[in-house]
Amino acid sequence: MGTVVHTVFAPGFFSSDPVRLAVVTGLMVALVSGALGVFTVLRGQSFAGHALSDLGTLGGSSAALAGVGPLWGFVGVGVVVAGVMELFGTRQRRSRDVATGLVLSAALGLSALFLYIGTTMDSTTGVTVTILFGSLFTVSGGTVPLLVLLGAATLAVLTVLYRPLLLGSVSAELAAARGIPVRLLGLAFLVLLALATALSSMSVGTILSPALLVGPAATALRLTRRPVAAMALAGAVGTAATWIGIVLAYDSYRWPPTGRGWPVSFFVVTLVFALYLLTDAAARISTARSRRRDQDPQYPTAAPAPAGVN
Amino acid sequence: MFASYLLNAWIVAGIVAVVAAVVGFFVVLRGSTFVAHAVPQSAFAGAAGAGLLGAGTLLGLGVFSLGAALGIGWLGRRGRHDVVTALAVAMLIGTGSLFLSWSTEYAPEIYALLFGEVLGVSGDEIGVTALLGALCLVAVAVLYRPLLLASVAPEVAAARGMRVHRLETAFLVVVALAGTTAVPVVGALLMFSLMVGPSAAARCLTSRPLRAMALAVVIALGCVWGAIAASYQTDWPIGCYVATFAGGSYLLAQLLRWAVQLRHSTSSPVAAAGGGA
Repeated sequence: MGTVVHTVFAPGFFSSDPVRLAVVTGLMVALVSGALGVFTVLRGQSFAGHALSDLGTLGGSSAALAGVGPLWGFVGVGVVVAGVMELFGTRQRRSRDVATGLVLSAALGLSALFLYIGTTMDSTTGVTVTILFGSLFTVSGGTVPLLVLLGAATLAVLTVLYRPLLLGSVSAELAAARGIPVRLLGLAFLVLLALATALSSMSVGTILSPALLVGPAATALRLTRRPVAAMALAGAVGTAATWIGIVLAYDSYRWPPTGRGWPVSFFVVTLVFALYLLTDAAARISTARSRRRDQDPQYPTAAPAPAGVN
Repeated sequence: MFASYLLNAWIVAGIVAVVAAVVGFFVVLRGSTFVAHAVPQSAFAGAAGAGLLGAGTLLGLGVFSLGAALGIGWLGRRGRHDVVTALAVAMLIGTGSLFLSWSTEYAPEIYALLFGEVLGVSGDEIGVTALLGALCLVAVAVLYRPLLLASVAPEVAAARGMRVHRLETAFLVVVALAGTTAVPVVGALLMFSLMVGPSAAARCLTSRPLRAMALAVVIALGCVWGAIAASYQTDWPIGCYVATFAGGSYLLAQLLRWAVQLRHSTSSPVAAAGGGA
């Protein structure tokens, strides 16, 4: 038993400070991302979520240039970009995607400039890579309380907005008929999303941030259709993936080829992706079985999944 | 500015602009901007990793962008498209970061792959780019009619017995090919700007497909050549100019359309109702 524990948790795992911080940060980010992710998937705004966390590059580089803390760069840029996206976007999904793309491309152009200026000014090679691929193990102790506070605030606002937002996400027409300001609600959600992705892309990196937002939520929505249950499940899935990823990444310092450890983002992303594939396959098998039970030869083989199952 | 060592840059940027605009027309028409962003980005991750492992940048690009396209096409049959795209790109970039952590290279190479290094293109690279670009254009020409129908009215296309999903996968492969063509010379981010900006601008100005495509090519050429000139003058990275010009062209086109609509609606309300649709 002792050797098993020893093999899974490399020596020093429980006494390492970076690991403790990473565990707390991972939990917070997974919970916030899971809750917001369910709405993101329901509203079909994965691209916006991905774009907002991609803009971590812009936030990080502009904060470095302006000399303020990275968190303010991330949050400020995120909120501004979310506003612009909502301003340009319309309700049609196609044109909304194009608007998101245009805003993203312009912002990436700016971040190219900032990164360039940043690297020519102090010629540190690591900046680009750190901003792009940031790692859970590099979270500094000072940001964790702030992170927890902002994450809790995001969840509180989401709780207040929960009912109208759910109605607006499932049926915008119905919500509008009931007198809910759908457009304003959309903007509020996007700002919330910007805040959450800013937090997560700063702490876990811009690769992991969209994966944790969309992956656990999509997995959870395959398993249950009740929104609150899906949110809880998404949070649990995200937390499990993050924690297992941390353990594996800590172990990987003993693995080939370099002995410098594999990136923690890689493990977490792989776990999230594998879980999604598993539930996808399970759903596929159960649909096939129920179809066979129905004995309906007219049933089209390539029928789209029923609405809401995705 | 037109010195011989810069000639390669002008040529290669022109090729990439034409390919990006032609493919980008369908990207904007189908609203698959996310895919256009995701495929080059995962290609970048593959190239960064594979190139540094010594497997050849182009090979890494090709494998990763094809993997992204086929994966999104396959998983997108059942799942929601945007969800699958987000997951696939995260997975591929994660793998790329694993490769990167094994290598000991420095950031400038990665920066070049991300934001482009059009000024350092060699003669050999022009040949490869031209070949891949021509392949892309031929593929679009072959797919043109069915893809146009499937993009505008997928139900009609399905009713006519077209395999919409297979067509979609073919389109994704074309996007992947375009990405492989462009990323080594203009960078992953710039390719995305070039695909979306000019085509969205062209669609504001005309609704006829071929005319919009031609217009997009002209705008894209203007963007890249203008960006090379501006980058040469100011010594700032070319990526930021291309993104600015592409976004600016869209804003201009949108303003122009509003102005035209406004004039129409003041002169004759009937024409405005037709033109605004």
